[in-house]
Amino acid sequence: MGSVTEQVLQQIVNGLSLGSIYALVALGYTMVYGIIKLINFAHGDVMMVGAYAGWFATTTLHMSFIPALLIAMTVSAILGVLIERIAYKPLRNATRIASLITAIGVSFFLEYGGMLVVSPQMRTYPPVFPDTIYNVGGIIIKYGDIVMIVTSIVLMVLLHGIVKYTKIGKAMRAVSFDTEAALLMGINVNNTISATFAIGSALAAAAGVLMGVYFNTINPLMGIIPGLKAFVAAVLGGIGIIPGAMVGGFFLGLTESFVSGLGASTWRDAVAFLILILVLIVKPSGLFGKNIREKV
Amino acid sequence: MGKRINRQSVLTLVGVLLVYAIVQGSIFMDILPPFVALTLIQVCIFIILATSLNLINGITGQFSIGHAGFMAIGAYVAAIVVVKFHGPLLLALIAGAAAAAVAGFLIGLPTLRLKGDYLAIATLGFGEIVRIVFLNTSYVGGASGFSVPKTITWTWAFWLTVLSIIIIRNFIKSTHGRACISIRENEIAADVMGINTTKYKIMAFTIGAFFAGLAGGIYANYLYIIQPLTFSFLKSFDILVMVVLGGLGSLTGSVLGAVVMTVVSAALSGWPEWRLVITAVLLIVMMIFRPKGLLGTKEFSLSFLGKKGDKNASSKD
Repeated sequence: MGSVTEQVLQQIVNGLSLGSIYALVALGYTMVYGIIKLINFAHGDVMMVGAYAGWFATTTLHMSFIPALLIAMTVSAILGVLIERIAYKPLRNATRIASLITAIGVSFFLEYGGMLVVSPQMRTYPPVFPDTIYNVGGIIIKYGDIVMIVTSIVLMVLLHGIVKYTKIGKAMRAVSFDTEAALLMGINVNNTISATFAIGSALAAAAGVLMGVYFNTINPLMGIIPGLKAFVAAVLGGIGIIPGAMVGGFFLGLTESFVSGLGASTWRDAVAFLILILVLIVKPSGLFGKNIREKV
Repeated sequence: MGKRINRQSVLTLVGVLLVYAIVQGSIFMDILPPFVALTLIQVCIFIILATSLNLINGITGQFSIGHAGFMAIGAYVAAIVVVKFHGPLLLALIAGAAAAAVAGFLIGLPTLRLKGDYLAIATLGFGEIVRIVFLNTSYVGGASGFSVPKTITWTWAFWLTVLSIIIIRNFIKSTHGRACISIRENEIAADVMGINTTKYKIMAFTIGAFFAGLAGGIYANYLYIIQPLTFSFLKSFDILVMVVLGGLGSLTGSVLGAVVMTVVSAALSGWPEWRLVITAVLLIVMMIFRPKGLLGTKEFSLSFLGKKGDKNASSKD
C-alpha cells in the first residue's frame, strides 16, 4: 500500500516537471492563437532554437543557468518577432489554411535549417545544476525537478502580471478581444502582435533550456513532439485562454507520467493525441472555453 | 461541346498510353536505371496520395493533415494479407484500401464536425496515433519494420494510378462532387440549399482515405520493407506540399505537384536537409505570393485550342 502511494507521488513529481515544460510552451501557442487565430506550428522549433542558444551560452560562453536562460529567451524573442514579421504578417488577411501551411513551412525551415547550421547530431547539455537528489519519504526529487517547477511558476506569475497590469498586456487583451476595435482605439496592433510573439517565444526558449538541462541532450528535431503536445495542452485548456494553457500543460504532464508509470511508456504519445481528439470531439472549446456560436 | 470533350479525351488517352509505352519499353529493353524506375513508381504513389488528399482538402475544403495515417493502414493491411495470409496482390491492395476507407469513415464521423484548424489538428493526431499503434504491434514487426516481397511492377502502379485519377475525376464531376465543391465555397449556404453537408464531407473523406490506402498498399508491395517511421507527420506534410503547390482544387495540379516534388526530392536525395529547407521556403514563398498554387482551381488540359477555363473554376478566399 505504502509503495503504491509512493509510486503515485513519484509520478506526480515527474508529471509536474514535465507538465511545466508543456505549460510554458502551451502559453505561447495560446497567446498567439488568441491574438491572430493562428496555430503557430513553428513554436516548438522556436523552443529548440532557445535550447541551442542556452547550450551555446553555457558551453562556449561558460555562463551559469540564469544568464544563459535570459540569453536564450532574448534570442528566441527576436526570432519569434522576425518569423511573425517575415512569414505571418503578409498573410494576416489570407485564409486560415494559407497561414497554417506557412506555419508548417516555417517549422520545417527551422528544423532542417537548424540541422544545416548546428548539424543533426545530439548535443549534451553541461551539468548546470548539482546532481543532488532529495529523498522525501521514498519519493525521489531531483534538483532539476525543483528548478523546473520553480522557474516555470515564476515565469507564469510574471506573464500573468504583464498581461493583467501593464499597458502592453492590456493592449494584448484588447487586440485579442476585437482587433478592429482595438485599432480604432489607437492601439498599435502590429506592435502588440510582435510583443505577443516575443513573450511567447521567450517562454518557449525557457522551456527549451529547462528541457535541455533536464534531459541532458538536445537536437534540431527536439521541438516537434513537445511542440505538438504543448499544443494538445493548449487545446485541452481552451485555446486562447492563458490559465487554460497552464492547467492543460500540467494535466498532460501528469497523464503522461502516469501512463509511463503503468509501464506503457511507448504509448505515451498516442495517449496525448487521443486526449486531443476526445477533447476536440466532446468539447472543442477546451476545459475553460466558452462555446461561441458562429454567426452567418 | 461533345466534340471538344471527345478530342480532349482522345488526346489524354494518347498521352497516357505514350507515357506507359515509353517507360514499359525502356524497362523491357533494360535501359532504365533502377533509380529512375524507383522514382517513377514513387511518382505514381504520390500522384494517388496527392489527388486523394486534394479531394478532401481542395475539393471539399476540409483541412486534413493526417493522410500518412491512412496510407499506413493501407500499407500494413496489404502487407498482412500478402505475408501472413499469402493472398494475391490485387486482393491485398483492395483490402488495404478498404481498411483505410473504414478508418476514414470512423475517424471522419466524429471529427468532421470540426472546422479548419481544429480538424487539421485532429487529423494530425489521428495520423500519429496510427503510427504509434503500428510501432507497438509486434505482429507487424514494430519499429524494425515489416518485410514484404516486391510484387508491384510499373504496369500495376501506372494503371492503378490512372484508374484512381479517373475515379476521383468522375466523382468530382458528378452530383456528389458538385455538392462537395459547394461545401468548400460556403458550407452554411450549401446546408441552406439542402445539401447534406455531413454526408458529403464524410463521403469525400472516406474516398480520399480509400485511395491513400491503395497508395499505401502499392508502396508496401514495392519497397520490400515498411516501417512506422515512414508514415510520420513528415509524409503527410510532403503530400500536402504537393497538393498546395499544384493548387488546392485542381486534380491536374496535384498530378503536377506530385511529379515535380518527387523528382526534386529524388534529385536532392543526397542532401536531405537541403531538400526540406528548400521545400519549406518554397511553401512559405508560395503562400505569400501565390496562395492558390500553380494552377489554382483550374485544370490543365491538352486542348489548348478549345475554350480556356473550367466551369468549376472559382476563387476561394
